[in-house]
Amino acid sequence: MKQSQSIKNETKHAELGLTDEQAIEMYVTMITSRRYDERCLLLQRAGKINFHVSGIGQEAAQVGAAFALNREVDYFLPYYRDYALVLTLGMTLRELMLSLFAKAEDPNSGGRQMPGHFGHKRLRIVTGSSPVTTQVPHAVGIALAAKMKKKELVTFVTFGEGSSNQGDFHEGCNFAGVHKLPVILMCENNQYAISVPMHKQLGGRICDRAAGYGFPGVRVDGNDPLEVFKVVKEARARAIAGEGATLIEAMMYRISPHSTSDNDLAYRTKEEVDEHRGKDGVVKYKQYLIECGIWDEEKDAELMVKIRAMLDDATEYGDKAPFPKPEDILLHVYDGDQSQGGR
Amino acid sequence: MPVMEYIDAIRLAMKEEMERDEDVFVLGEDVGYKGGVFSTTKGLLEQFGEDRVMDTPLAESAIAGVAIGAAMYGMKPIAEMQYSDFMFPATNQIISEAAKIRYRSNNDWSCPIVIRAPIGGGVFGGLYHSQCPESVFFGTPGLKIVAPFRAYDAKGLLKAAVRDPDPVLFFENKKCYKLIVGDVPEDDYTVPIGEANVLREGDDITVISYSLPLHFILEAAEELEEEGITSHVLDLRTLQPLDKESILAAARRTGKVLIIHEDNKFGGIGGEVSAIIAEEMLFELDAPIMRLCGPDVPAMPINPPGEKFFMLNKDKVKEAMRQLALY
Repeated sequence: MKQSQSIKNETKHAELGLTDEQAIEMYVTMITSRRYDERCLLLQRAGKINFHVSGIGQEAAQVGAAFALNREVDYFLPYYRDYALVLTLGMTLRELMLSLFAKAEDPNSGGRQMPGHFGHKRLRIVTGSSPVTTQVPHAVGIALAAKMKKKELVTFVTFGEGSSNQGDFHEGCNFAGVHKLPVILMCENNQYAISVPMHKQLGGRICDRAAGYGFPGVRVDGNDPLEVFKVVKEARARAIAGEGATLIEAMMYRISPHSTSDNDLAYRTKEEVDEHRGKDGVVKYKQYLIECGIWDEEKDAELMVKIRAMLDDATEYGDKAPFPKPEDILLHVYDGDQSQGGR
Repeated sequence: MPVMEYIDAIRLAMKEEMERDEDVFVLGEDVGYKGGVFSTTKGLLEQFGEDRVMDTPLAESAIAGVAIGAAMYGMKPIAEMQYSDFMFPATNQIISEAAKIRYRSNNDWSCPIVIRAPIGGGVFGGLYHSQCPESVFFGTPGLKIVAPFRAYDAKGLLKAAVRDPDPVLFFENKKCYKLIVGDVPEDDYTVPIGEANVLREGDDITVISYSLPLHFILEAAEELEEEGITSHVLDLRTLQPLDKESILAAARRTGKVLIIHEDNKFGGIGGEVSAIIAEEMLFELDAPIMRLCGPDVPAMPINPPGEKFFMLNKDKVKEAMRQLALY
């Protein structure tokens, strides 16, 4: 071993260029997202909110990806399970709770959209909708605009494996391939489109489709945030070098039901869910940090207390914040609030 | 004042806006080297290069969706749909996305795109090169829709659409492209979106319309004047938002209203115009509101007698106008 290779190279995250502090921050974000998600389920069951759609089981990949991107310049087009992603990008728990409670101060939509429909211009989180995969052409369009304006940035767009069957996925990928655009497409393959399992949705592998668009496709273990970090970082370097798009298929498992309105045991077994719970990326990553000697159960317990306090604060803030005024639903149809009826 | 074809006025508007603002660009199928299947974008690639006059893959949802993305970044894309009949694959992007971006983000994001699409029949285009899809998009708050009938408005409305902060559907009539010639000022004027225009004043009947049929109406009005019937003709110009005030003023002028469009009657824009008048001034009317529209069939057949039967013309329009005058 050469002298210049420091002792840090023994850890996987250091090899990837991440400091111990960053490696810990990744864990903190993942577990914060997990606890947020669990709180939302609780609030729904308690009748405090109407609806929550969960991202449990997908946090590791989301955080790994976000850490590999430039959070000062890149554009992000998340889908509805990306709580850990948006938390990494700078959205706060209070902001997420404002969205969950549909309050006026919600920066995503002012209490208009369902929770999980993100949008935050200052953080370059692009507003999204519910018809799936419409965000893929938008990511391509932003990348096209950036290329035209000679700005050094990438767009990062996520979607589920169910969404990958939409025409907009194909049309967007093809457009990005033709123009070699700086887009990173990450499929969060959680193996279920509501109730329909992967084998009823896909005849092949999603990552292999990239060959048809003329750019690389890679499959990665979505339960390993450092592996996801690595492939997204490589994809970003390629995009910035003008080499075009990358399709990443991050393999994971949707541990929660589709949403609070879903009974998942109608289409899958408890045994199957439990098996995947055992592969939980968040738990595994915590173990990894402990093995690296930079985390321990005592610190973890302290962190849980801190997160709980933050969640209590955010929940109370979201709960007590005022709703929009009823008549405010009439605003922002057009610029300057021109009315629907003409002059 | 220069006289030019309707299609030249559209091209001139794009050229002027692209010269004025480097964020304006055109994208669509065959818009680049070919200059468009109708030659609408001819010469633009030579002047602005292929980055700003972009031939896209044949995929309408991507054309709209990519334009929406670029617009959210801050560009001013003009997306061309080759025929409005081929716009339907992009409907989700237009209705679920473009129309709702400002609203759903509580005014945080906006989507200032223009989507140009040729409408209308009478060119032996058959079912899928002849349709008027206005009624599909009409009634979607968040969208603006314009449909010029003459060269002057085509230039002025397209320039206004490019500068508008919200998504605008620009329905140009393909039959008008070469047929209609008119005065178009060289200066940098716009025609305001949301304002209808009185084309002819009269006291016996009011005719409200947009796009190609207005040419038939103006000819018929000329001839009917010889019979002693004077017509008040209103061009809606903007289909959404409708210029309610001008519609009511025009209806009040004569108390007898005929609404004419090529799009089929049932669920068409005429129904909404008629409802506005009925809601506000039913008892000021001297006759039931009449509509003359395309027949309620799925689309226009290609055989010449069938196409002729579908299409409006001066004689059909004149007959309807006379009937209303005699009521």
